[in-house]
Amino acid sequence: MIHKYSLNGYHIVLDANSGAVHLFDEAPFDMLDYLEEGEIPEHPPEAMTDALKDRYDEDTVREAYEEIRELNRKGQLYSPDEYEKFAAMLKSAPIKSMCLNIAHDCNLRCEYCFAAQGDFGGERMLMPFEVAKSAIDFLVEKSKGRHNLEVDFFGGEPLMNFDVVKKTVEYARSIEKKYDKNFRFTITTNGLLLSDDKIDFINREMSNCILSFDGRKSVHDRLRVRVDGSGCYDSVLPKFQKLVKERSKDKDYYVRGTFTKYNLDFTKDIQHLLDLGFNEISMEPVVSEEKLDYSVKEEDLPRIFEEYETLSNLIIQRSKEGKEFDFYHFMIDLDQGPCAIRRLRGCSCGNEYVAITPTGDIYPCHQFVGQEEWKMGSVLDGSLNTDMKDSFALANVYSKPECKNCWAKFYCSGGCNANNLQYAGDIHKPHAISCSLEKKRLECAIMIQAALADQK
Amino acid sequence: MKQIRTLNQANLKESAAKGGCGECQASCQSACKTSCTVANQKCENKNR
Repeated sequence: MIHKYSLNGYHIVLDANSGAVHLFDEAPFDMLDYLEEGEIPEHPPEAMTDALKDRYDEDTVREAYEEIRELNRKGQLYSPDEYEKFAAMLKSAPIKSMCLNIAHDCNLRCEYCFAAQGDFGGERMLMPFEVAKSAIDFLVEKSKGRHNLEVDFFGGEPLMNFDVVKKTVEYARSIEKKYDKNFRFTITTNGLLLSDDKIDFINREMSNCILSFDGRKSVHDRLRVRVDGSGCYDSVLPKFQKLVKERSKDKDYYVRGTFTKYNLDFTKDIQHLLDLGFNEISMEPVVSEEKLDYSVKEEDLPRIFEEYETLSNLIIQRSKEGKEFDFYHFMIDLDQGPCAIRRLRGCSCGNEYVAITPTGDIYPCHQFVGQEEWKMGSVLDGSLNTDMKDSFALANVYSKPECKNCWAKFYCSGGCNANNLQYAGDIHKPHAISCSLEKKRLECAIMIQAALADQK
Repeated sequence: MKQIRTLNQANLKESAAKGGCGECQASCQSACKTSCTVANQKCENKNR
């Protein structure tokens, strides 16, 4: 399966099953419209030569056709999909990643919050240390032979329960050698309660930290508001800047914004973040009911596509100037990315990754929390619904009919199961708008790689 | 090749042969929490 598209002056051809990315001249690019999956015939189809004879001379066509055939012979064009046999391997995988909802409470009331302003639709509460400790024990046990274990402190706002965060890290560190584990802690915070002590701790212990910040003050303060309705831009910005300034370069952080229909010109927000000194940036489309004013809707897609192209040009331009930055969703390593098996298994939710509530309940991921029918068990008694775990294990690009024949399947890996459920009512049914956005982001990400290769 | 330039090694098939160690990060953990892009995760396989 191939995907061909033109962007920013490049004619790009992606061979989905081999992972090859090619830059085509116009003649071979046009020829692909007359070819099909499988082996390329020795002689060009008549329809192709008839259609192209007025546009390209005979030698160009002959040469281009031979180059296409060579790629095909090398397994880099129209290569077959030989990965379905790996899909069954995903059952009974160890659990190795955990989202600890350390606080089902928040000191902000962001309008767009998928966690119902921090309480996930339930009672506001903080996770007691005993529950967090049980969660760590559960993870160590269920991770079996896996060495790298990830624990994300999430909420709500995790800084509201920071003593338990610290004790949990201390406990996990105290047992990691004994069980031959390497804990990687991450935290997602709105920044309001950041203090010097907390910054020190986060910068020491957390391999990544996600700083929720939307960009321009007018954008940030419109939806990221306190209980009294006031914005928090001025309070959190200096704290985030301090954290990033003091953070070791070998540790990640991301300033993670949400864009909504109110700021479809979000490149301006990214530019603002760069001006403030941040250079690891993620900017995500809002997840919300479509009827809400700020929701991203299908009619907004052309505008968002245009914006992703604007952002791509900013990345290319800054790279030329030696002022590179990371935009999370455009990061792609065309040579050393994840293996094919990883790519077909998706986000791992409900299988290798679970979320834990303050009462110790287990859910497939943080976005399922609060939907009682998706409760998988409890870390307090060690119960785990393995049938549900297996059903998530088997929710991969081959069990999702729309994904199976999609060129982007080895990049997005079947999309977000929670989004699929929320919008399409089925974890196996991709959410159409998310798919469109993901495909556009991939097209941009690959084009950026082409442009950066030209800069070398 | 004169009319086609290949940008990468096209090693997805090879990656499957040595892959599946399961040590890499869950895709949603690192910087999004609301969508899924697996292709931007780092490979953790030491034997690849």
